[in-house]
Amino acid sequence: MSPVLAGVLQLLALLVALGLSYRPLGDYMAKVYSSEKHYKPEKWVYKAVGANPSVEMRWPAYLRGVLAFSAVSVLFLYLLQRVQGSLPGSLGFVSIDPDQAFNTAASFVANTNWQSYYGEQAMGHVVQTGGLAVQNFVSAAVGMAVAVALVRGFARSRTGELGNFWADLVRGVVRILLPISVIGALVLVACGAIQNFSGIHEVGQFTGGAQQWNGGAVASQEVIKELGTNGGGYFNANSAHPFENPNGLSNLFEIYLILLIPFALTRTFGRMVGSLKQGYAILGTMAVIWLGFTALMMWTEFSHHGPAFDIAGGAMEGKETRFGIGGSSIFAVATTLTSTGAVNSFHSSYTGFGGGITMLGMQLGEIAPGGVGSGLYGMLIMAVIAVFIAGLMVGRTPEYLGKKIGTREIKFAACYILVTPALVLGFTAASFVLDTPANSMTNSGAHGFSEILYAYTSGANNNGSAFAGLNADTQWFNSTIGIAMLLGRFLPMVFVLALAGSLAEQTPVPETAGTLRTEKPLFTGLLVGTIMIITGLTYFPALALGPLAEGLAA
Amino acid sequence: MNNSVGNTGRVLWAGLRALLVLTLVCGVLYPLAVIGVAQLAFPGKANGSEVTDASGRVVGSELIGQTYHLPLKDGEETASADLKWFQPRPSNGLGANSVNTQYSIILSGATNRSGDNADLIKWVTDAKAAVIKDNSTAGYQVRPSDVPADAVTSSGSGLDPHISPEYAKLQVHRVAERNKLTVAQVDELVAAHTDGRILGFIGEPRVNVLKLNIALKDLVAKG
Repeated sequence: MSPVLAGVLQLLALLVALGLSYRPLGDYMAKVYSSEKHYKPEKWVYKAVGANPSVEMRWPAYLRGVLAFSAVSVLFLYLLQRVQGSLPGSLGFVSIDPDQAFNTAASFVANTNWQSYYGEQAMGHVVQTGGLAVQNFVSAAVGMAVAVALVRGFARSRTGELGNFWADLVRGVVRILLPISVIGALVLVACGAIQNFSGIHEVGQFTGGAQQWNGGAVASQEVIKELGTNGGGYFNANSAHPFENPNGLSNLFEIYLILLIPFALTRTFGRMVGSLKQGYAILGTMAVIWLGFTALMMWTEFSHHGPAFDIAGGAMEGKETRFGIGGSSIFAVATTLTSTGAVNSFHSSYTGFGGGITMLGMQLGEIAPGGVGSGLYGMLIMAVIAVFIAGLMVGRTPEYLGKKIGTREIKFAACYILVTPALVLGFTAASFVLDTPANSMTNSGAHGFSEILYAYTSGANNNGSAFAGLNADTQWFNSTIGIAMLLGRFLPMVFVLALAGSLAEQTPVPETAGTLRTEKPLFTGLLVGTIMIITGLTYFPALALGPLAEGLAA
Repeated sequence: MNNSVGNTGRVLWAGLRALLVLTLVCGVLYPLAVIGVAQLAFPGKANGSEVTDASGRVVGSELIGQTYHLPLKDGEETASADLKWFQPRPSNGLGANSVNTQYSIILSGATNRSGDNADLIKWVTDAKAAVIKDNSTAGYQVRPSDVPADAVTSSGSGLDPHISPEYAKLQVHRVAERNKLTVAQVDELVAAHTDGRILGFIGEPRVNVLKLNIALKDLVAKG
């Protein structure tokens, strides 16, 4: 069997697996977020939190919950790293410097998991397992909560109430993320991922001497890192490290975990707004972009244009033998079209166009299928914009799901889509105006530019993957990428929740013959076009200087 | 004003308590439970898939690549490959521990060089020349087109335990000559240690270098 055919078959297997879990998981999540019932252990948690989970919140209260919980999380994680040197179970690792500790805390709370540190030689058990892995769960649950609040905004009328943040947060963790993680972690261990507390120890070598390894709770962190579209690796090599991703099967399983919840949430959306077809239209949009990007990536990586790859006879630099080009390309697209940012191969050593595809995937806003929660609300914002554009074309007040998209709504949507490009392009430009940031580049020319563009694209979009040649552990990059990650995560959430509140207050308008049918394939086409045009207009000049210049020269 | 400050304080306090409770659940109970089950059900794998040689000595992990070098000679900066053994992929991205120097932990990583990077072009060119030179024997000449891509490129982790079956076959003549075995014997050894795709289509065909070298050592010992 040729590697290309094997790659296509792996993609098909992935489609089948995702298809099989789509309905049950999507319906289950709709039930989780609609249920009136609180389980016993959940009641204990609410008691400890001191919150009544049955109280409905309007959008400002919901937002306060999101921001307060996240602010406390950043501070807690920052302090945990700052005192690491004095904590037990830290394997003798020292405390993390202030700028790096801020960057890492912001990164994990913002569901980005950008890492300017080297996992295996900087973080002990307490920070990895008790700090970073916890944020993998809760930052994902926060994203899902905000998405569900927006869906409730569409589903509810003449109220303004969006649900209870604490209930959504706790249920997301306890009823969705934890059960899947327990099973998934054991699957990964069965494949060969490690799960122990051995710490730093020596293991003999074939030719004599010994290797030093850092062992820890890797599988339990790996599974939530993919499932919660987080992406922060236990080891520096992330999911390319054999202890995180031991074989072809674990590789496919990890890609499945990345895509599982983001795709299934479109079913949850359809269920909650009372029209499964509306969910399918959104799913269709996500699937078209995802499959298109994967096909393009496989094509460019298998055809391997570039001087070094031509000499080598293949684009295997930065890729593992057990995954090959196919398994690496599928992973790279899945991780950058979601907010994951885990890597099983190093994007900086992809072909010029391949690197461009990973960047463009993030620049779309990570909506195909996007991060857990953030993918759905990002895509719904795009749907609002698409409906608005369609409305302009025929001269009608646009509606989506029975709600008028008026001045107020379109302002919130427009603000949402402006935040990340402003952060990405502004900080990238600033890095080149200043003297020192450019010293961090490993590669020169177009690829050097791409390293910095990639870093801010990844940070502001909460992806966390990197063209890792860039030495990002400097005060400039730690601080500015930290700020980009926080603003790129929480400012859009403000606009999403404000939009949700505004929608929930409306009286629904009845469907007429003139209503745009947003459940039809025509709308899916319109939505794909809108996404491509908006992103293309925003980022094309920057992409032309980086990956396009590199790809065309090869 | 006072009211809103008090309100913000209350929400922050609730946030902190929520974080602490969820830290207990997700950061303590969950990983411990997984460790417990993993250590009972898959002790070998959960602890790093260590492998032993014929004498029972632990010689590494079947998942972590190693180097097979000659001892460093005086005046040499980098040890040269011990051509008696099958050689792994290059690992130019592997880092040395720089943060906490009380340890010498292997720092996994890639080169992150782009396709048009001058360093990468030189590494690949040099590696290709070396592979051709090292593996050509009196009766067997390696052609440049025979060298597979994995033989001259570094992996993502720098710890790739595998090479492609093509690269293993390329090394057969050299390994046979250096160990005074027949080509057929070594061919058979490589065939026995070549793993196909899982279920026929998942992942790529590969040869585990450590396991292959252990088997080679046994074969040589048996004569």
